[in-house]
Amino acid sequence: MTGHGFTSHRKLAVAGRMSAALSIIVVEPDRDRAMLIVDSLREAGEYEIHVISEPTGLARRIQALMPDVVLIDIESPSRDMLEELALASGPLERPVAMFVDRDDAGLTDAAIEAGVSAYVVDGMQPQRVKPIMDAAIARFRMFQRMRTELAETKRALEERKMIDRAKGMLMKARGVDEDEAYALLRKTAMDQGRRVAEVAAALVTAAGLLG
Amino acid sequence: MIAATLSVGFLPLVDAAPLIVAHEMGFAAEESIAIELRRAPSWSSVRDMLSFGRVEAAHMLSPVPVAAALGLGGTGTPLSAVSVLSANGDVIGVSNELAARMREGGHDFAFNDARAAGAALITHAARPLRLGVPFPFSMHAELLYYWLSALGLPAPQSVDIRTVPPSLMADALEAGEIDAFCVGEPWGSMAVENGVGTLLLPGNAIWRFSPEKVLAVRSDWADAEPELMGRLIRAVWRAGRWLAEPGSPMLAAELLSRSQYLDLPPEILDRALTGRLVISPQGEERTVPGFVEFHHNAATFPWRSQAEWIGLQLAARTGLDRATAARSAASVFRSDIYRAALAPTRAELPGASAKREGALDAPTAVPGASGHLTLGPDSFFDGRIFEPSQS
Repeated sequence: MTGHGFTSHRKLAVAGRMSAALSIIVVEPDRDRAMLIVDSLREAGEYEIHVISEPTGLARRIQALMPDVVLIDIESPSRDMLEELALASGPLERPVAMFVDRDDAGLTDAAIEAGVSAYVVDGMQPQRVKPIMDAAIARFRMFQRMRTELAETKRALEERKMIDRAKGMLMKARGVDEDEAYALLRKTAMDQGRRVAEVAAALVTAAGLLG
Repeated sequence: MIAATLSVGFLPLVDAAPLIVAHEMGFAAEESIAIELRRAPSWSSVRDMLSFGRVEAAHMLSPVPVAAALGLGGTGTPLSAVSVLSANGDVIGVSNELAARMREGGHDFAFNDARAAGAALITHAARPLRLGVPFPFSMHAELLYYWLSALGLPAPQSVDIRTVPPSLMADALEAGEIDAFCVGEPWGSMAVENGVGTLLLPGNAIWRFSPEKVLAVRSDWADAEPELMGRLIRAVWRAGRWLAEPGSPMLAAELLSRSQYLDLPPEILDRALTGRLVISPQGEERTVPGFVEFHHNAATFPWRSQAEWIGLQLAARTGLDRATAARSAASVFRSDIYRAALAPTRAELPGASAKREGALDAPTAVPGASGHLTLGPDSFFDGRIFEPSQS
């Protein structure tokens, strides 16, 4: 592996700023999400934060910035690029590893559940990383909720549209008004133990097939 | 009666087939287990899902559990390979621009001669040669390093190796970030299909029988649940046997193409499963016997010598003690668990658990545990033979 890991230069930099702010890299292609993560981290403490939004040359760019902690979405396939950093090729290099707190395994577990993975420079004190993890976990949980809500809203809208189309078809085919068309759909659904949206979808599909 | 539901992590690749088939074709149900397949976005994520107990078993690159045993990468959770899932199945491809230079230089893209292909690549590529592999601990990386180093280009020292997820390999080639790659199917074929790459060599032209993916579990789980472990190994073994039947590839390609698995057109997946690959955007075809092997020649037997070979390659690169690495690595491939699991079946098992890797040039009958079985050719392209120290 070429240009690998952290150099002795980095070691000095760390020694020189033992009490200084930890540096964090957030790998996140979505600009808005990245801003939200950065805001949460800023609330959690004094950190030096960089955002990388492009997966191109990810490992190299991270090495150049010499961070203490890297945060990345578990769903990102680019995460595998960080594995290169786990292999230090020289004795003065400090490999990074997936964050696992031996005293508090629940924290890593919570992170995985929330959908964030943290890579931490070898030798970092767990208590220095904890506030970062807590902030990231809270933020990623919120992303998950937003994603679920968005999916639910989309589904509800699609169902609404389907029911409207089915109602329209029934009104035309049977000469009934809107309320009666809906009552018909609802009764069929109840008789068959299905949801109104399912009956509507079946009707629309069948009508499409029959032309 | 379903005794238990086991969740199993996988990456969208053709060689996840034994797990998908075990579930879809009822081999799991035959063993009274249900398999819940969980698709993962990356190798590090499937490894962590396994390490943290979010899945019981996983489709895994064969060097990952070995690397974990050597303290490289991962979370420190000991992992075991209880079966090999597939042998071979990788392809090496180059950018169209590099392919054109190689053709001008007289290379014929015969797709079967590792020495000629490697020499042409080394001659015509710019320096340093930029290579994409899906993961630092992968057979893809090992094959490239072995091949190029044997041909006089010391790797990884003299090349620029970059980790690129399989599904992004074609994009990286198109964007000019890499000159060549080694990747599992269908991602090499996808690069051809998208018109951005030309395939140069199948992985088995470098090593004719390399352990590619394994069925990995947490070591403590394997010891705590021998009965469930046995059921899973047998279900996957029967799935592999089914995959090796002549009529299976077409149906397997349909199953794999479903949206919850690979979500890609079956005709692309069919190429790897039948060994008939389209190697260039011009539509040239090459047939590769044994391109990916799920069953024949004891393909799924976890040879301790295979693990030791991987362990020593990793040790050489990272400066670890060779004897310790060989011992730790060999203990990761659990031929003992595999044997116990398959004892109730009619599977013929090898008499030994380690072999001289690379010693066979042709199919050879060897003593089995109860009769005879045939091992296929397993030679390295340069004729070297690896003598294991552990057995």
